Amino acid sequence: MLEIRNLHARIAEDGTEIIRGLNLTVKAGEVAAIMGPNGSGKSTLSYILSGREDYEVTEGDILYNGESILELDASERAAKGIFLAFQYPVEIPGVATMQFLKVAMNEQRKYRGEEELKTPDFIRRVKEAAAELKINPDMLKRPLNVGFSGGEKKRAEILQMALLEPNLCILDETDSGLDIDALKIVSDGVNALRSPDRAVIVITHYQRLLEYIVPDTVHVLYKGQVIKTGDKSLALDLEANGYADIIGAAA
Amino acid sequence: MNIQNTITRTAAEQALLEAYGHQLSDLPGDGAVLSARDTLLSDLKDAGLPTRRLESWHYTDLRALLRTVPAFDGSAFAEPVEPLAVGSAVLTVINGHADAGQAPEGLHVKRYGESLLDGTAAGDLVERNAEDAIGRINGTFVRDGFEIEILEGTVLAQPLELQIVQGAGQSHSRFPVTFGPRSKATVIERHLSVDGRPSLVSSVSDLIVEDGAEVTWILLQQQGAEDTHLGQLNFELGENASFRLFVINAGGKLVRQEVHGVVTGEGSDFKLRGINLMGGDTLTDVTFTLGHDVANTTSTEIIRNVLFDKARGVFQGQIRVAQDAQKTDAKMACNTLLLSDDADFAAKPELEIFADDVQCGHGATVIDLNPTHLYYLQARGIPENRARAMLVNAFVDEIVEELEDEALIEPLELIISEWLARHA
Repeated sequence: MLEIRNLHARIAEDGTEIIRGLNLTVKAGEVAAIMGPNGSGKSTLSYILSGREDYEVTEGDILYNGESILELDASERAAKGIFLAFQYPVEIPGVATMQFLKVAMNEQRKYRGEEELKTPDFIRRVKEAAAELKINPDMLKRPLNVGFSGGEKKRAEILQMALLEPNLCILDETDSGLDIDALKIVSDGVNALRSPDRAVIVITHYQRLLEYIVPDTVHVLYKGQVIKTGDKSLALDLEANGYADIIGAAA
Repeated sequence: MNIQNTITRTAAEQALLEAYGHQLSDLPGDGAVLSARDTLLSDLKDAGLPTRRLESWHYTDLRALLRTVPAFDGSAFAEPVEPLAVGSAVLTVINGHADAGQAPEGLHVKRYGESLLDGTAAGDLVERNAEDAIGRINGTFVRDGFEIEILEGTVLAQPLELQIVQGAGQSHSRFPVTFGPRSKATVIERHLSVDGRPSLVSSVSDLIVEDGAEVTWILLQQQGAEDTHLGQLNFELGENASFRLFVINAGGKLVRQEVHGVVTGEGSDFKLRGINLMGGDTLTDVTFTLGHDVANTTSTEIIRNVLFDKARGVFQGQIRVAQDAQKTDAKMACNTLLLSDDADFAAKPELEIFADDVQCGHGATVIDLNPTHLYYLQARGIPENRARAMLVNAFVDEIVEELEDEALIEPLELIISEWLARHA
């Protein structure tokens, strides 16, 4: 589903290279975990996949379902089914959450040539998905993410993911700032979306999240490259021994 | 030698002076009204249209900007439209002619044309000061409007809409409105044009908000792309009264809307909320003065401006706090979203404080859309244009939502989003 080939990318503004020859393949149905020390390029990778304009790809390619997505902007990538659950969801005063959800769902449908949702159908879907994630309906009456607690914001991200039904889900440190109950709810939400034709990339610092969202593959990112790939036992290994050995072996 | 005599009149000045001669025979008024009109015209003749040399017109050089004045056209076509809020009582001024229709209970309504004829209006036709070009033009040519009294204790269940619809030509109306003690009302003063031809519209509203009254006044200006709109709203605020004024400009080629208020009763609260949508090659000027004359009063002013294309905008806001007006709490903010390199906005906040125990502040910001907000919306599949429009809407909808009444919020948000869809 996703194939990243020798990717090099830098910050557009100052030219700092962050991703330096990254290779990664994620197949449909797979849950891939990306781990790595601070500053290794994990969040940058998620932004680049989503099409954030602050980064420039200087070499290599990103293939999604066999096609390069480098020329697509963020909204086109989203409409093609790539979803990034943000580490820090953005508060947007004045934009009502329900209106945002409706516009996003319908714009994606429009892009794919599907019919727009009728209002009752839309409301039913939101209510059902919100109930699954134990989201208080009052939260949906507020402007987008405004005044939400850290945990509420993360849940709102998963709600958006459930409603938009993407093919490739990227979770950027979705576990940060979550207590254990919220972590379970969010993980259940993600697990409910697991399916043979959907891939999930979980970016995290901690093994903890991977107890709830069990990965098929684990990749260690360091200085903008994948330096080791393994199965879920690699995450346990990292938890027990830290990154030093792996980094040392790769150097 | 008098230097005044050597200044050549502009085409617009000439047209205004000639228009008086042409219209004189059918301008309503008794002797006193006629004499008041003559005085105003003679001041207009002497002073000419205001230029940037006058401080209050510094950013809007009316003399240079007002190129032509369309002739009065009594036969231009115009008709009323549906009221903004469903169920409102509507009083219309069509092409300058008032039609009282059915006034709701608890209200005294008189056509202003009658007050001109019987001379009771003569005292209104004066200028605020030497720079009051709007009062001068309006007083010279005013034909109609409504004199309204909301009786003591009356609570209007539905909004009252004053609908001023213009075809082409000229229209000059006046609305003296008194809100009796402890009355409660929402009034919509709505100016719109139904014709693509240019018109010159002037309108003066003189409001008295008496003790304990609670008033929401929405001034919605939707003139046509070629129109000149000269508006003025004057108000006096009594004890423990509350007055919320929403000014929404979404039309016109050359627009000057003045708001002048005096707070004369303790314990009163005033709120000004402004939304100025500007596009094309236009100028929109909101000029506001407020005097806190007594102690223990509050006021807040928030103006949000959105500019596209080559539009120019002006906000002048002056708050005066008299020496006796201790414990005044006044805050003014002017936030501008500049969406074009060719657009231009001038903000001039002024505080004149003579009391020593007050809270007064002002701030002005000019911003572009937040790129992180834009990216977040796009990352959810919302195309850039749509995402931009949503963020611009959000910037101004925050103000509309302060109305806290869906019956008003919904139609206003629709007008705003339609305007933005046409200009984005």
